Amino acid sequence: MNTIRSLLARREALLVLACLILLVAITARFPAFSTPRNLAGVFNDTSILIMMALGQSAVILTKSIDLSVAANVALTGMTVAMLNHLAPGLPLVVLILVALAMGMLLGAINGFLVWWLDIPAIVVTLGTMTIFRGLAFVLSGGAWVNAHEMSRPFLELPRTVLLGLPVLSWAGLLAIVLAALLFTRTGLGRAFYATGGNAVAAVYAGIDIGKTRFLAFVLSGTVAGLCGYLWVSRYAVAYVDVASGFELDTIAACVIGGVSTIGGVGTVGGVVLGALFLGIIKNALPVIGISPFWQMAISGAIIITAVVINARGERVKGRIILRRKELPL
Amino acid sequence: MSDPSAALSPRHIPDRLDGPFKRALKSWETLLLAVAIAIAIANSLASPYFLDPWNLSDATFNFTEKAILALAMTFVIISGEIDLSVASIIALASTAMGAAAEAGAGTPLLLLTGLSVGLCCGLFNGFLVARLGLPAIVATIGTMSLYRGIAYVVLGDQVYKNYPADFAVFGQGYAVWIFSNEFVTFLILALVAGVVLHRTVFGRQVYAVGNNALAASFSGVKVRRIKFIVFLMTGVAAGLASVMLTSRLGSTRPSIAVGWELDAVTMAVLGGVSINGGSGNILGVVIAAFVMGLVTFGLGLLNVPGIVMSIFMGLMLILVIALPLVAQRINNHRRAR
Repeated sequence: MNTIRSLLARREALLVLACLILLVAITARFPAFSTPRNLAGVFNDTSILIMMALGQSAVILTKSIDLSVAANVALTGMTVAMLNHLAPGLPLVVLILVALAMGMLLGAINGFLVWWLDIPAIVVTLGTMTIFRGLAFVLSGGAWVNAHEMSRPFLELPRTVLLGLPVLSWAGLLAIVLAALLFTRTGLGRAFYATGGNAVAAVYAGIDIGKTRFLAFVLSGTVAGLCGYLWVSRYAVAYVDVASGFELDTIAACVIGGVSTIGGVGTVGGVVLGALFLGIIKNALPVIGISPFWQMAISGAIIITAVVINARGERVKGRIILRRKELPL
Repeated sequence: MSDPSAALSPRHIPDRLDGPFKRALKSWETLLLAVAIAIAIANSLASPYFLDPWNLSDATFNFTEKAILALAMTFVIISGEIDLSVASIIALASTAMGAAAEAGAGTPLLLLTGLSVGLCCGLFNGFLVARLGLPAIVATIGTMSLYRGIAYVVLGDQVYKNYPADFAVFGQGYAVWIFSNEFVTFLILALVAGVVLHRTVFGRQVYAVGNNALAASFSGVKVRRIKFIVFLMTGVAAGLASVMLTSRLGSTRPSIAVGWELDAVTMAVLGGVSINGGSGNILGVVIAAFVMGLVTFGLGLLNVPGIVMSIFMGLMLILVIALPLVAQRINNHRRAR
């Protein structure tokens, strides 16, 4: 009994249960939804969200927030799509490197402002969010890059099936493994937790919290850059409003997954399950016959519910030993 | 924060305080006013029609609704919180008014609908932040998605436009000569906000909560109640802005006022309100509203598209916070040597 209770207290178990209930409910009326093939499709569809939510979770762990990730996707995606359109001969590897480098640069701008000037992350990324998307408009002049303007390898990579799964799914799986290793097995990963969990104690432990935050933003930006390419290639179109509002989905996935917005709490498993939970809902809505216009309200309601649940968990634990207020000012 | 040793270094204390005149001259508000005048001059040079009274009157329309949001946002930010859901409240209130108008409601009822939807949204935000103690950023990101989401559920890709003819008075009517109803309302509200923030106990308590909520609560300030009221105010302000905007446009889509939370926060921060809470004043925010209004209007005269203007807004938000910090850094550096 106790084991069951302690298992249920864990966010991951709760989410697995929630996902299962959701699947059973949907399958009861639409048996085709839970075929392995369709579920693989749902995972594939959620891969980008999983990757970006993992990047976002690194930032949230350090007690910051990155609202600019979706705009980063739009700007990077537009850049590589236009490069591909203007220079079809350019090898795909170069384009992917460009996407990674550009995402990294955009993330570094956020991180730099947060690190060096100590500006609250919410303000920095609220600003860069509009700047990045505005730049995507300036770059493209508001024009679209359509499927026929992209080269075949550019379009085909995420769809190429390897060992039964598309490359996009493999990218998602790889991101999960890498994130799990980074968060739990490296100094930087532990520094993310320490910075958000208790900044003062982290400083006394010799962690440069500014630099840690900077690196979290760089990570989040780099992932967003890669997803910029994946997004544009997967949906075979690039325009200014690509991924509009997607930053909220990444935050929602983190919050549902039990990542505390006060920093320092969260697991890779939770984030992945949080993203999958959203992914199942998103894919199920059209199947059940609910208008996609419901999606925004539903994710808003889920975010609020998850934050309320998270806040309850935090109140019980009382894990902060050395408070920030005790720093001599 | 990032460097504990910096916090321990002695503070620079000047030998003599500046006189009141000199202090006013060096203040943020004076700087803003100078910027506003400079932009106005630049605009009048760029276009000969700029100084036409009716043109100036038109220029006020594109920022008064946002400025009303900014006045309330000032209270929220000074109290150490933030409300990112204001633009979504506008969308929800506008949708409710559209539905009411469709059902045949008259203008007074529509006004009441808009304001009360705003009030309810503010009530819910206040409940989440002040009552349940949730971090305002995530809570209002959640309600931001929820409120606009409901507007989408109700409207989808449809539009409400059957507003009664006399409903246009809020957004299109004029009080005296070139002064629109919107503009006059804004000026009155700015005056009220200034008096409440700077001349009442409540105003002082908002500052106290934002500076140090713990100390404030030990001093007998009801921290939760203050935060709750502040979110209520933003809700009602958003409801009012929604009435004006809907009345001005004469139609409602769920995508109405997208991104306005950024503009409202930018106006407050540009007006010298510290994003960390505890400091700022209404006069600065009012001047900042004029600066932003003049900038967007000037860019509009130059045919700059809206999304490019938003780049300027984003840059302005970051630069306004960054520049004083950079200046301070350089100053400290020089003094240390």
